[in-house]
Amino acid sequence: MRRTAPIFQRIDWFTAAAVMALMIIGLFNVASATSGADAVDWFDWGNKQGKQIIWVAIGILFAATILLIEGEFFIKTAVIHYGFNLLTLLAVLAIGKTIGGAKSWFSFGNVGIQPSEFAKTGTALMLAWLLSRTSEKIATRDNLIKAIIVIGIPAGLILLQPDAGTVLVFGGLIFVFYREGLSGNVLMGVFSALLITVATILTGANQLNYPVIGSHSAVFMLWGVLLGIGLILWITTPYWIVPRRRKFVRRVILISGIASIGFSGMLHGGMEKVLKPHQRDRIHVLFGIDVGNPDADYNIRHSKAAIGSGSWTGKGFLQGPMTAYGFVPEQETDFIFCTIGEEWGFFGSSFVLILFTGLLVRILMLAERQRSAFTRIYAYGVASILFMHYLINVGMVIGLAPVIGIPLPFVSAGGSSLIGFTLLIFILLRLDAERFTVLR
Amino acid sequence: MNLRERQWIISGIFLLITLIFLGRLMQMQIFSDEWKDYAARLTEETETLTPARGLILDRNGNILLNNKAGYDIWFTPRVCTAAGGLDTNQLALLLGISREELEREFKRANAYASYRPSNIRKQLPAEDYAKISGDLWRYPGIEARRRSIRTNPSGLASHLLGEYGEVNQNDIDANEGYRLGDYKGKSGLEFQWEEVLRGKPGIKRHIVDLRNDYRESAQQGELDTLPIPGSDLHLTIDMELQAYAEKIMANKRGAIVALDPNTGEILAMVSAPTYETDLLTGRDRGNNYDSLLNHKNKPLFNRSMRATYRPGSIFKMVQGLIALESRAISPSTRIFCDRMVIGCHGDHSFDNLEEAIAHSCNPYFHEVMKRMIQDGSTGSVFSDAHSNLGDWAESVRNFGFGTDLGGHFPSLRTGMVPDTADYDKMYGRKRWAYSTIYSISIGEGELLATPLHMANLAAIIANHGHYFAPHVVKSVGDSIDDSFKPERFETDIKPSNFNSIIRAMQSVVTSIDGTGKKAQVPGITVCGKTGTVQTKRVDHSVFIAFAPMENPQIALSVYVENAGSGGDWAAPIASLIIEKQLNGEVTQKEKERRMIRTTYPFPKYFP
Ligand SMILES: [Zn+2]
Repeated sequence: MRRTAPIFQRIDWFTAAAVMALMIIGLFNVASATSGADAVDWFDWGNKQGKQIIWVAIGILFAATILLIEGEFFIKTAVIHYGFNLLTLLAVLAIGKTIGGAKSWFSFGNVGIQPSEFAKTGTALMLAWLLSRTSEKIATRDNLIKAIIVIGIPAGLILLQPDAGTVLVFGGLIFVFYREGLSGNVLMGVFSALLITVATILTGANQLNYPVIGSHSAVFMLWGVLLGIGLILWITTPYWIVPRRRKFVRRVILISGIASIGFSGMLHGGMEKVLKPHQRDRIHVLFGIDVGNPDADYNIRHSKAAIGSGSWTGKGFLQGPMTAYGFVPEQETDFIFCTIGEEWGFFGSSFVLILFTGLLVRILMLAERQRSAFTRIYAYGVASILFMHYLINVGMVIGLAPVIGIPLPFVSAGGSSLIGFTLLIFILLRLDAERFTVLR
Repeated sequence: MNLRERQWIISGIFLLITLIFLGRLMQMQIFSDEWKDYAARLTEETETLTPARGLILDRNGNILLNNKAGYDIWFTPRVCTAAGGLDTNQLALLLGISREELEREFKRANAYASYRPSNIRKQLPAEDYAKISGDLWRYPGIEARRRSIRTNPSGLASHLLGEYGEVNQNDIDANEGYRLGDYKGKSGLEFQWEEVLRGKPGIKRHIVDLRNDYRESAQQGELDTLPIPGSDLHLTIDMELQAYAEKIMANKRGAIVALDPNTGEILAMVSAPTYETDLLTGRDRGNNYDSLLNHKNKPLFNRSMRATYRPGSIFKMVQGLIALESRAISPSTRIFCDRMVIGCHGDHSFDNLEEAIAHSCNPYFHEVMKRMIQDGSTGSVFSDAHSNLGDWAESVRNFGFGTDLGGHFPSLRTGMVPDTADYDKMYGRKRWAYSTIYSISIGEGELLATPLHMANLAAIIANHGHYFAPHVVKSVGDSIDDSFKPERFETDIKPSNFNSIIRAMQSVVTSIDGTGKKAQVPGITVCGKTGTVQTKRVDHSVFIAFAPMENPQIALSVYVENAGSGGDWAAPIASLIIEKQLNGEVTQKEKERRMIRTTYPFPKYFP
């Protein structure tokens, strides 16, 4: 112990302030979204903004408590934390309450707890614990498989609820591996997979008439094109690759060709056979495919209208008619950004985006100033999780991502997510505060 | 690459996403109006506050066109869908339409806007609405909104008043503030005086909620305006006379126009057969309109202003007056009824002007016009006609024929007074002489006039040579404004020249063998002239008259299509109208009974 300054002087106040700012922004907008056309009754604990005030208070209490706990505690209990999360995820599948088609909630009177919101913290801790145990090279195949299992178990349990949005968030942890040495080709691969996904969805919705096989989805055409590209590359290999490397390149072409077509085929099959029609419609709507149902993109059209009507400065606090009169569904939770857009305009909404980006980049900076691999890996986990929420939530409300219901961290109404994210980030702040005092 | 540096790639990805989001926000919130417009369409609704439409009243303040309470039924598809739909069978039954029709309306409403109410059942009268109002709440998305319905309770003067109907795309495009579903005057006075009757609609802009209920006023009501009610229209029509004239003309084809020669005020204007204006409002408009349109007697056709008939013998007065004024004849000029070129009726052979009119002597007026047209001034019958017809036509137009009579009726047809150019076109320049065109000398041939022009001729004679532009609107607004003075037109014929003509018209009605003696009215001296216009089928029966002779109060024309001679049908009808107007009561009950009872086809010979 070289430094004895009180913990509250040692934490990163930029991060804490950004989090507090987001919470306060959240409070005001939840209040507006909740109270409709009426005046806000701030301390009516029965409605959502009253509850949100309580949750923020509880969150601050949790944050303060965490800051008082030695960082060592979180490292040592990472496995327990993770295990407890898995237990709650199992329990919720057994005794949980189904809301909106997903069995995601424990219900205590009129308070609901969503264990998946806490599982992100546990998984990030577990991942950090697992990967930091190896002293030399972290991104080994061995570690990768272990990590995939660590992420896969909670993700799988959450998928059973089913809550696809939260599962997607776990996918963001790929940034952690990338930082720890995963080949950039994997990122490229993910990017290629996204491209193929888009192409599969676009072509999969059409019907074409083929000479021999008759009327089928246009995705066959895509597969034909992929096959053609592969063949051409294969045949032309001698003209652009030195003989020594030819065999290897051909193998890469073969594998990636089979992988692309197989991936596209599985995706198409999944779209057609596994997804429910309304889920498929949501995805199709996003890609501008006419689903023949004017109500299919109703949420997103209203959401975009609310944001668009904000103009430069917005309609003002409590002055947005789209917010006040119920035009946007899930207004105080997943679509809270609409209220920001409508009532605070471009200035308000871009301020929130910049605040988020500042927070994310700041966390990366915190990560890189650690001597401890655990804290660095954990910090990257925190950044990845927050980024995925930011990406999916904001992308959804401005019509760039499909309608996937996940909250905007610290801003959306809801106790579980608020407390979950508070734990996630303040554990990091405590660990960061100890960066000079502890050697791990 | 150092793994540490990968933080920049990851930061770069974060920044890139934020830049994409910022760009998207820029586009949505600042550069594009698409989403602002869409939000406004969702959250704002402009309520049009329809002003009360001006009433139309007769000269005594009796209401001809009124507004009554009614309801429109509106349907908002989204509200209905959200509530799980409704039973179309039951609703169709309630609204009194077929299920197919209702479903068609639903489809139309959905195509218009699923979150907006659409009008699916128009102009439900208050009494019908009262029967169903208790059940409507059961149907989600269905609501009733008050609207006033234009009504003509007496069913009188339908042609004159015109139609009030839903605007079409042209009206909306004309940018006069009409919106889909609005109504406006489509014909007649309703159309002509639309601006006055309509008033000025007010607007109230609302913020609405998801259910389209009004929640608060937009922009603190700064842009709202109050409606300004339309002004009432006071007509010169005497409703009692109009009703009587329509009763007389029941089941006949033709027209009656009666006016006050001292002012040009039209007292009654009938086109027969007529129809009830209210048939053309409300839901059955389409069917009613089609059956009226296709009816063989063409009830929608306004014969009093739109039908151009040959005037026939009543034109002989015009001929005589022009000839007197041009000194082609004098009142004492006698002409042989030689019946060589043109036939005649009755037992006369050498009439003077007065007798010729009383007897309706055709050869007399053939000769009179010949003296004006073929005067031998050029040495060629072609050149004579070519140089003289213009002056003659000008004089005829001074009687209002071939003109718009001062322009008070946009739909009035001017009729036809053939001029030099017309005949040049028909026969070739100077390839026609008086012998070619002589049938116009007795009001046949190419001459055409509406019943209004003919009534106006009666007024001119009653006034000894002038007329006031016939009109039907006495004043506009609440206070009766007597300052309106219709334009006065002169025929440029000396008043004294009318004396013999008027005496002749008196003897038409009063003499033992007068052709118009059925126009007599007990205690009133009627001056009139019959006409029997030949057609391919049965002749048209024509009569014009004014009375009393000493102090004319009414001038009128009666035109009954395919009825036979003017004396048998048009004259007695004129008699009844004159008595009704001047005495207030009709004593000639037998005549009245016979006229009302008679319907098509007319007995060819009257006993
Ligand atoms: Zn004769």
